Amino acid sequence: MSFDNNLVSVQHLTFSRGDRIIFDDISLGIQRGKITAIMGPSGTGKTTLLKLIGGQIFPDAGTVEINGQNVHTLARKDLYSLRRRMGMLFQSGALLTDMNVYDNVAFPLREHTKLTESMIRTLVLMKLHAVGLRGARNLMPNELSGGMARRVALARAIALDPMMIMYDEPFTGQDPISMATLVQLIKSLNTILGLTSIIVSHDVHETIAIADYIYVLSHGNIVGQGTPEEINNSESEWVQQFMQGAPEGPVHFHYPAPDYIEDLLTFDKD
Amino acid sequence: MLNILTKLGKNTRCSFNKLGKSGFFLGQVLIGVGDVFLRPRLLSKQLYSVGVLSFLIITVSGLFIGMVLSLQGYYILSSFGAEEALGVMVAASLVRELGPVVTALLFAGRAGSALTAEIGLMKATEQLSGMEMMAIDPIKRIVAPRFVAGLISVPLLTMLFSAIGIIGGHLVGVGMLGVDEGSYWMQMQSSLDFYDDILNGVIKSLVFGFVVTWIALYEGYSAVPTSEGVSGATTRTVVNSAFATLGLDFILTALMFGDI
Repeated sequence: MSFDNNLVSVQHLTFSRGDRIIFDDISLGIQRGKITAIMGPSGTGKTTLLKLIGGQIFPDAGTVEINGQNVHTLARKDLYSLRRRMGMLFQSGALLTDMNVYDNVAFPLREHTKLTESMIRTLVLMKLHAVGLRGARNLMPNELSGGMARRVALARAIALDPMMIMYDEPFTGQDPISMATLVQLIKSLNTILGLTSIIVSHDVHETIAIADYIYVLSHGNIVGQGTPEEINNSESEWVQQFMQGAPEGPVHFHYPAPDYIEDLLTFDKD
Repeated sequence: MLNILTKLGKNTRCSFNKLGKSGFFLGQVLIGVGDVFLRPRLLSKQLYSVGVLSFLIITVSGLFIGMVLSLQGYYILSSFGAEEALGVMVAASLVRELGPVVTALLFAGRAGSALTAEIGLMKATEQLSGMEMMAIDPIKRIVAPRFVAGLISVPLLTMLFSAIGIIGGHLVGVGMLGVDEGSYWMQMQSSLDFYDDILNGVIKSLVFGFVVTWIALYEGYSAVPTSEGVSGATTRTVVNSAFATLGLDFILTALMFGDI
């Protein structure tokens, strides 16, 4: 893909945890105004990639640039100023449990702006209305279902009108109605607010329905990339195994282990 | 033998590593302390949570410790015919030692463990990461107000503990055992020095409040974000706070009252 219109540009990124290499010299670009999906089996480091993009962890080598700024060389103040223009939707929602829905959405506005309470109220109700939860403003996080919590978190993520949003597994554990609502919301928010979205997911059908461009990660490398059609028609065994959910293929179901029979016959106290 | 040495070396290295990290953490917290006073609502909420909610356990413990001190003191003092010194004995024990030490231990168990569990769970549920991604420093927003609240609460709770303990001692000594009321208060008033006794006790409580709150917050902030990790961190808060309080008490007592 063209790297000219990229909001986020990841170049030669290498990252490891202990001896395990999570990313081995990967490069990718996230186009402005588009929904880019990063897909791959569990444990391929998709969430780690979001944390690297958000500057929460540092790579061993390579660079991550957002809007031309290298995230990992920015001073803390500049990094925080960049993060104000980025929203992130955590898998768990990450709502503050001592505040109700209204205060959770108002939280970034109160922390970062000097708006009056009446203006904050208007903004919070607008954001909550956008995610269909204006009526749930007085509920506490423990009174929300998983899908509702994620929608509140989405309202909070767009509270400061960011330029981009990162979604960490937005569809995991959702019932069909919540799932469809979220898919629609992500698509419409991206279009209406002119956002750039990065979706990290392993839910193939939902993601492919709204993504403009897809990267498929596996074993620390990008094994496939392209538009949804290109990914569907990819000849890569890795991509096909993932897209079709085939149990056998380049990605093994079993974690590396010694021979099964030999293992059963050997009494070795681990 | 080699294994033991390796393990010892590894543990020592880990301890120093942890000490360094907690020192760095403390530095960050102290930088954030200034902002706390600009947001009094955050501070008052934490003062209520760590201070006011510890009120009951401190009051009840102070009362009973004062009563027991008075009872034990009376039996010993009466064998020398010195019952009149009961007031000063109870008050000096409470103000110099038991007040700061027992309050710190109770505070670690009641408020310290709660702080660790709260922050550890915030970490486990990605609330701290969420704040970072919203460009809000969790050390300034979450940790620093709790630190200041601990620092303010412990000396106040210590004073309360000692005062209630003295009243408890009075209840038993004067009310039940028949010690002369005038002697109880007079001896206390004439023998206790404001700087040597009361102020030193307050200094001790400040130091204990600082250390116990620091330990509780650090353990929560650095907890492994799992249920087992948070549970271990909470236990470590109580155990390490007890060790730190008792160790520091010896050092402070030696510096303040001894000739070392």
